[in-house]
Amino acid sequence: MLLSETTTTGFFQLVPWIVFFPAIGLLINTFMPLVMKALKREWGEPAVAITGVTASGLALVVSVLQFISLRAAHGHEQVVGVADWLNIGSFNIPWEFRVDTLSVTMMLVVSGVGTLIHLYSVGYMHYDVRYKGDPKSYARFFVYLNLFIAMMMILVSGNSYLMLFVGWEGVGLCSFLLIGFWYTKNPDATDGTKNSYAAKKAFIANRVGDFGFLMAMFITFWHFGTLSFSEIFPEVAHYSGPDGLIWWIAGFMLLGVTGKSAQIPLYVWLPDAMAGPTPVSALIHAATMVTAGVYLVARSAPVFNAVEGVHVLVALVGAATALFAATIAVGQYDIKKVLAYSTVSQLGFMVAAVGMGAYVAGMFHLVTHAFFKALLFLASGSVILAVERGHHPLEETGDAKHTGHDSHHDDHDAHHEVFDPQDMRNMGGLRKRIPWTFWTYMAGTLALAGIFPFAGFWSKDEILLDASHFEGTALVYIFLVIAAIFTAFYMGRQVWMVFFGEPRHHAAEEAKESPWTVLVPLVVLAVLSVLGGFMNWPFKEGLEPHAFGHWLDYTFAVSTGHEGHFPEFDFGVAIQSTILAVAAIIGSWLLYGRKPLKAGQTDPLAKALGPIFKGMNAKWWVDELYQAVILTPYEKLAKFLSQTIDWNFWHDWFHEKGIRDNFQRLARFLADPVDLGFIDRISHWLAQGAQGSGGWLSKLQTGYVRNYALAVFTGVVAILGYLILLR
Amino acid sequence: MDFILQPLNLVTFFPLVGVLILLFLKKEQKNAARWIAMVVSLATFGISLWVLAQFNAADPNLQMEVKAIWFSFGEWDIMYALGIDGMSILLVLLTTFLTPISILSTWTAVEDRVRDFMLFFLLLEIGMVGVFLAQDLFLFYVFWEFTLVPMYFLIGIWGGDQRMYAAIKFFLYTMAGSILMLLAILWLGNTQGTFYVPDLVAMGGIPDSIQTWLFFAFAAAFAIKVPMWPLHSWLPDAHVQAPTAGSVILAGVLLKMGTYGFLRFNIPLFPQAAKEWAWLMALLAVIGILYGALVSYWQKDVKKLVAYSSVSHLGFVMLGLFALNSTGIQGGILQMVNHGISTGALFLIIGMIYERRHTREFDEFGGLWKVMPVYAVLTLIVALSSMGLPGLNGFVGEFTILLGAWGAGQTPVLGSVLYAGFAAAGVILAAVYILYMFGKMFLGPLTNPKNETLKDLNLREIVTLVPLLVLIFWIGLYPKPFFDLMAPAVENLVAILGL
Repeated sequence: MLLSETTTTGFFQLVPWIVFFPAIGLLINTFMPLVMKALKREWGEPAVAITGVTASGLALVVSVLQFISLRAAHGHEQVVGVADWLNIGSFNIPWEFRVDTLSVTMMLVVSGVGTLIHLYSVGYMHYDVRYKGDPKSYARFFVYLNLFIAMMMILVSGNSYLMLFVGWEGVGLCSFLLIGFWYTKNPDATDGTKNSYAAKKAFIANRVGDFGFLMAMFITFWHFGTLSFSEIFPEVAHYSGPDGLIWWIAGFMLLGVTGKSAQIPLYVWLPDAMAGPTPVSALIHAATMVTAGVYLVARSAPVFNAVEGVHVLVALVGAATALFAATIAVGQYDIKKVLAYSTVSQLGFMVAAVGMGAYVAGMFHLVTHAFFKALLFLASGSVILAVERGHHPLEETGDAKHTGHDSHHDDHDAHHEVFDPQDMRNMGGLRKRIPWTFWTYMAGTLALAGIFPFAGFWSKDEILLDASHFEGTALVYIFLVIAAIFTAFYMGRQVWMVFFGEPRHHAAEEAKESPWTVLVPLVVLAVLSVLGGFMNWPFKEGLEPHAFGHWLDYTFAVSTGHEGHFPEFDFGVAIQSTILAVAAIIGSWLLYGRKPLKAGQTDPLAKALGPIFKGMNAKWWVDELYQAVILTPYEKLAKFLSQTIDWNFWHDWFHEKGIRDNFQRLARFLADPVDLGFIDRISHWLAQGAQGSGGWLSKLQTGYVRNYALAVFTGVVAILGYLILLR
Repeated sequence: MDFILQPLNLVTFFPLVGVLILLFLKKEQKNAARWIAMVVSLATFGISLWVLAQFNAADPNLQMEVKAIWFSFGEWDIMYALGIDGMSILLVLLTTFLTPISILSTWTAVEDRVRDFMLFFLLLEIGMVGVFLAQDLFLFYVFWEFTLVPMYFLIGIWGGDQRMYAAIKFFLYTMAGSILMLLAILWLGNTQGTFYVPDLVAMGGIPDSIQTWLFFAFAAAFAIKVPMWPLHSWLPDAHVQAPTAGSVILAGVLLKMGTYGFLRFNIPLFPQAAKEWAWLMALLAVIGILYGALVSYWQKDVKKLVAYSSVSHLGFVMLGLFALNSTGIQGGILQMVNHGISTGALFLIIGMIYERRHTREFDEFGGLWKVMPVYAVLTLIVALSSMGLPGLNGFVGEFTILLGAWGAGQTPVLGSVLYAGFAAAGVILAAVYILYMFGKMFLGPLTNPKNETLKDLNLREIVTLVPLLVLIFWIGLYPKPFFDLMAPAVENLVAILGL
């Protein structure tokens, strides 16, 4: 027994490979086009795909090995050092990996869902790059995707805030690159649909959050003398200094969370981020990256527990976001926009949970959400692909022979500018045409709506249960319950509009099911969305009770200093939320299911709600508000400083007019009246005496500035000597 | 002969060999001139590596010193004194490293009077290395002023349309500041009886009231060179007009002479004044960070944008130096190197597109990624390094600077963490202008037909950039060797301050 334990715990040393494998994958794929060119093969899609998927798959294998080892080690955390990094005086941060139940959970989610999405992308991007008329981009996509896995792994496995921050900004970069993947798309759009604009917006909004993260790190370092988790957390538990300090740390960290996890007030980048290819929306902007903020709070549990009042703030931010975003989701027509606002809303649930100190519930929802939201996005991608294919059949030309389609994209856009394959008003009746996609979509929908026994039911229920006990404020519970109702409603609305009724566009009529590489991940994720909730079985009978909670508690109990208590399943809360969810779905059926939307018909909700629906549809004009309050003033300030202050005033007026012109005036005065009028007469006499050397003198006036410059230089040396000799 | 072969003499004056050979070339022998300059500058880089090999990082004092009496009058000896320590070795290496890279970048860009160009370039290298090695104030001043001359010609002859204007402005502006420094140097020599810097530092004992005067007299020269806000007005003109290689050296090394001057002279010679006025230097630095970043954002010319971004970046360096603690100063020194690498690379990158399109206006570009993917990716990495992405070099420098400044804010030195706080906000603004620049050039559709036939980078251009990229990753991922080089010397400096 002892022997087998030592062998199984021996996998810890492999942990750096969760980063190295994807890094190797991305390096290979970076140079793949060159290799293919040398081998005279075109694009080499299979090679690229195999490399990319394998790299991510190997990271998954290593993650599973960590899981095995950690179980064998009874959940005792391990720290694996790799190399020195920053050490300046007392400041010493190495590259160090931390393997504990929390980080391994994240590793499994990231590499597990990540690998599935890599697999999905193999098929999806095959079509997407052709629809966009740029088959060369296939390799580029997998490079970014591998880079993302590597960065995300650094984020979840680092043993210090600084290493976490490397991953934190690294995934932000990947997000930027992938949102802007089709960087030429929608150039004329002025709102977020312009892809390169959406990419920039994401990066900058995240940077605002990163600023908070930086500040939190500075305070932490100068107070605790370190940024390493292993050293900070034991100290925080015994912290007895001023409350204000921890407040600032937690508060600044919260700013970071609102950036990365898309909470009020920085959430605005996430909906626009859906401009990226759909696998990206699923992986980065739903399942993994955006949950980094939730992970950060859970990771920093000792800090957030150390001071009163922070819990209420974080929980309120989360709950308010959950509700606010859910209202916007109701009013969207773009299939991905609905899911995007749904993601913001669900992240709000998680942030509220970890904010309340219900770390297990938050992490539980993070995991189940990763399953069903990834599923929903991937399935929506399958829908979009199906509609796009119905709209504009792409001739199948085999793998390597696909050329001459560079102009395809332009034709496609020019002829059908009005058609939007993501607009739900162009869909309808897809249930029969794409059955696999439909059934998996249903699994995701029911999980998200929180219907028993789907995964989302269990995790959302835990959050609501904790919220009902939350002592900080009752608002959190109220907000979350209402948000849950909205959730069920907008998902119902979406399903009725997309899959039921009759096709409202010939594209929906002709829609075709996606290939197996796209469908397999859907099925796997659908199974997880159905069964995933059982991992934290809340009853004493049947399965192992609170298995997930006990697993995470290895980490939380050590870091927070007290064992987690797992509340009993509360039938009151569960039944109430189920009834409300079902009622909301019925409500959506009354509006959208009973009498399906016809082509060109206005949304029945728009008629019923009038201006309120308009507000929901217009995202409550928050983007416009930010434009007016932040962006426009920023640009005006930049313009004012650069044109008026720096150039017109400081450069032209002060230096040119003030200094140079006055100097010239002085020089002219000295030259004309003084020099010509007075000195010249004297020198005239002198010159006459020196006629022999006149030729030499005229050489002085060569008109070449470099000679003058040389003269200036000689002058300086002369002055210098003069000063020194005179002392 | 032994004296000449001293490592520091060699590393300083070896380019003179190239200068002498170049003098014998004919004007038409362009390629010969290029190769001679290339080989000589590479050899100089080799010598600097040899110096590095002999350098003992654990020793905080000056090493490999060369000392001789240059000339004397009265009871004064003007020394020819060179020495190297942890504060200067990285800058010497940066200089010898950037020079061959810059020369390589001129291979096709400079066709006019190649021989003279190379001649001035090698002369410039002598001046720059001399500035970083000189240990006698008088000698330092000579090197300091000497660098102006070749740079003046590089801008004035091979520059853009308004090259004369820019060259004269550069020359006069920087010299105006130097005059004050000269007076201070003479005053020091007069009262202390020596120009030899280590002796001056060891003696100390300058009354506080006079320290302030001397501090600002030196600061006048250095602040213009850095340039610190609001003395930056010469920089956009000089950069926009300078040829690519000139810009690389200007941003990469010449600006560092200013920050180095603060480090080498202002802080150890006038420690009381440095402590007393640290708040002012930090304040100007923070204003420079934010102002430079904001002004960058509104530029229409990519080179001007990068020029203004230097004001912002050098603000970080100054903030680190005047945190007056080990963390901040080490971060500041590293950031000097980082800025040399990243901004140097950005100017090279701008030069590459300028050579193809003869314009630098943002409006002329857009969607370049489509036609020049290698160029786009390399630019992206450099841009990210410039905006301080963790894992790349810029972050390591900025983070340590801000960390140091935050620490100094908790002591009487700066007295407030707001300096670090506002400077950290500059990190957001950096993302704004860098992404603006990258987006304007590379993203969006390719609309300008003139860009459709652009060729991607050739092998020579890639080779020019690769060494810089290697350093970008190296310093970002494993900066330990760099910090190890400077740590003992910086600790020594902090000890002088007695904080």
